[in-house]
Amino acid sequence: MDSVTRYDLPDSSRSVGFTKAGRMTVADRDNPFLTDSGVLLPHVEVEYETYGTLNNDKSNCILICHALSGDAHVAGWDACWEKENRPWRENRPGWWDNVVGPGKGIDTNRYFVICSNVLGGCYGTTGPASVNPDTGRPYGLSFPVVTVSDWVRVQKRLLELLGFSHIYAVVGGSLGGQQALEWALAYPQFMEKAVILASADKLSPQGLAFNTVGRHSIMSDPHFCDGNYYGKEKPDKGLAMARMLANITYLSEESFHDKFGREFQYTENPAYNFQIEYKVESYLNHQGLSFVHRFDANSYLYITKAMDYYDAAARWGSGNLEEALSRISADLLMVSFKTDWLYTPEQSLEIAKVLARLGKPVNYVLVDSRKGHDGFLLETEAVSRVLDAFLKKEDSDEPDEE
Amino acid sequence: MNPMRNEYEKKIREAFSFFESPESESLSVRPKRWQDDIIAGLIPEGSKVLDFGCGSGELLDRLIREKRVFGQGIEHDPENVFRCLERKIAVFQINFEKGLQFYGDGTFDYVILEDTIQTLKRPMAALKEMLRIGTYGIITCPNFAHWKVRRFLAAEGRMPKSRTLPYEWYDTPNIHLCTVKDIIEWINENGLRIAAGYSFSDNAVSVFSEEDDLLAEEVLLVVRKSV
Repeated sequence: MDSVTRYDLPDSSRSVGFTKAGRMTVADRDNPFLTDSGVLLPHVEVEYETYGTLNNDKSNCILICHALSGDAHVAGWDACWEKENRPWRENRPGWWDNVVGPGKGIDTNRYFVICSNVLGGCYGTTGPASVNPDTGRPYGLSFPVVTVSDWVRVQKRLLELLGFSHIYAVVGGSLGGQQALEWALAYPQFMEKAVILASADKLSPQGLAFNTVGRHSIMSDPHFCDGNYYGKEKPDKGLAMARMLANITYLSEESFHDKFGREFQYTENPAYNFQIEYKVESYLNHQGLSFVHRFDANSYLYITKAMDYYDAAARWGSGNLEEALSRISADLLMVSFKTDWLYTPEQSLEIAKVLARLGKPVNYVLVDSRKGHDGFLLETEAVSRVLDAFLKKEDSDEPDEE
Repeated sequence: MNPMRNEYEKKIREAFSFFESPESESLSVRPKRWQDDIIAGLIPEGSKVLDFGCGSGELLDRLIREKRVFGQGIEHDPENVFRCLERKIAVFQINFEKGLQFYGDGTFDYVILEDTIQTLKRPMAALKEMLRIGTYGIITCPNFAHWKVRRFLAAEGRMPKSRTLPYEWYDTPNIHLCTVKDIIEWINENGLRIAAGYSFSDNAVSVFSEEDDLLAEEVLLVVRKSV
């Protein structure tokens, strides 16, 4: 996050204000959830948030899918934060607050927005830190490996329990973009539009490499204890290092120059020791340290694994992307960011080209950005404008006044 | 001073004395997009239309509304891309000069190059691609052989400017201007035929004839491969 980011305070007309998460049990013993890995989960609870007002014909619902370290708290200010409960939310709004809110790119005066935490996450939805009802102890690594497709099926259960058999749009960036793509593939008729930002049909081998080093870092931490560290000292060092590494992939060569250059953080001259000296060291160190306070190492393993496994062509086209994408009937918008080297513009372009070959309408936007993969979070103006233009219905000039 | 220079200057001025210097036309007032009316008239209902360099999507918007076409735009400029999205025009932000191999042969009924061909780095490649992807190609462009253009260069000795060519030489998108004769030559050499053609001159549109090389300010040609 840029330190210059200005937040819309809860009383601002551009903020959704204070938010309170909802919880929904989407699987129980009578209706367990079967994961792709073949495990029946006897209890799945989902944390979700909603903003805006559902219109009479329920035609204005947008599902937002969060990325790796995200949560259901997309916008606004958590009314329930406490010193012991998600204290980091005291001073900052939801992760996409600059794009989601009244009058913003995803305009909550117009749309009813839902976001839920993914299965295996650590923000209220059942995951490795949850208590296994069969043992009375936290799952740890006995939690089944989950997939992007599992997440989408859990989200679908949630939406159906909330009374939706159809939504207007699904929107996601990065790993959230893969969920949006999976939605459009798995349930082609469920939505009218899908927006996929800074994402692709699969992670590149280079991306796999970064994820595996991140997991190695966590699993080789002496406090990892095969994932059974709950109630004990946590593998913070391993998790922090995984986060530092991943953070490098979210920036670009240009943004490293722009944000830090080769400048020292505290001094002007070298100290000739191994303390933190450069601004970039300080930044990464801070990213690592702050992350361990808000994230569970096991969830990090599960979520990066889901990211690794996702392959739209393998799942829906026996390895053929064209066959897979031929399923899509929603209007798709691909947004890529020029300096993103985690999910490159070329990868997004590939989806657009296949859609073109299939004779489907193509909406592909390349945002001219120096901010790397994080562009989807930081290029607020361009992203908001594109989302607003693509999502706005032609026949509705002004939002409904109830 | 070279005496030949003054002699040549005199002869050229004499030769062009028949054409009076055009009444002071405002360069900023470009002719209305007469091409849009023609295109909207000739494209059949429900056609598949690809617009190379669709700008802000104005033409496709009209074709979708009036002819219920399946329309796809290709546009490079970010501002124009936003405008297309706002208009609900499907827009693909790529440089089509880098190739559109992913479109199969004959994917579209019509591929449009409206006022674009003269701005391309490799116009021939684009024309070829146009008739590979589309059954019909629609080209519109200014005619650099219009008499006013010829007079301007000959009599003034400067890069021509007119209402269809309003730019300074150093600040123009037009890097490959051509004439009606040049286009005809291209059509003949590539075994194409003109399915329909229109010329714009003196604020009026007429059916195209090869003799319009001197009088047409702009032309619109619908071309296809000879079977």
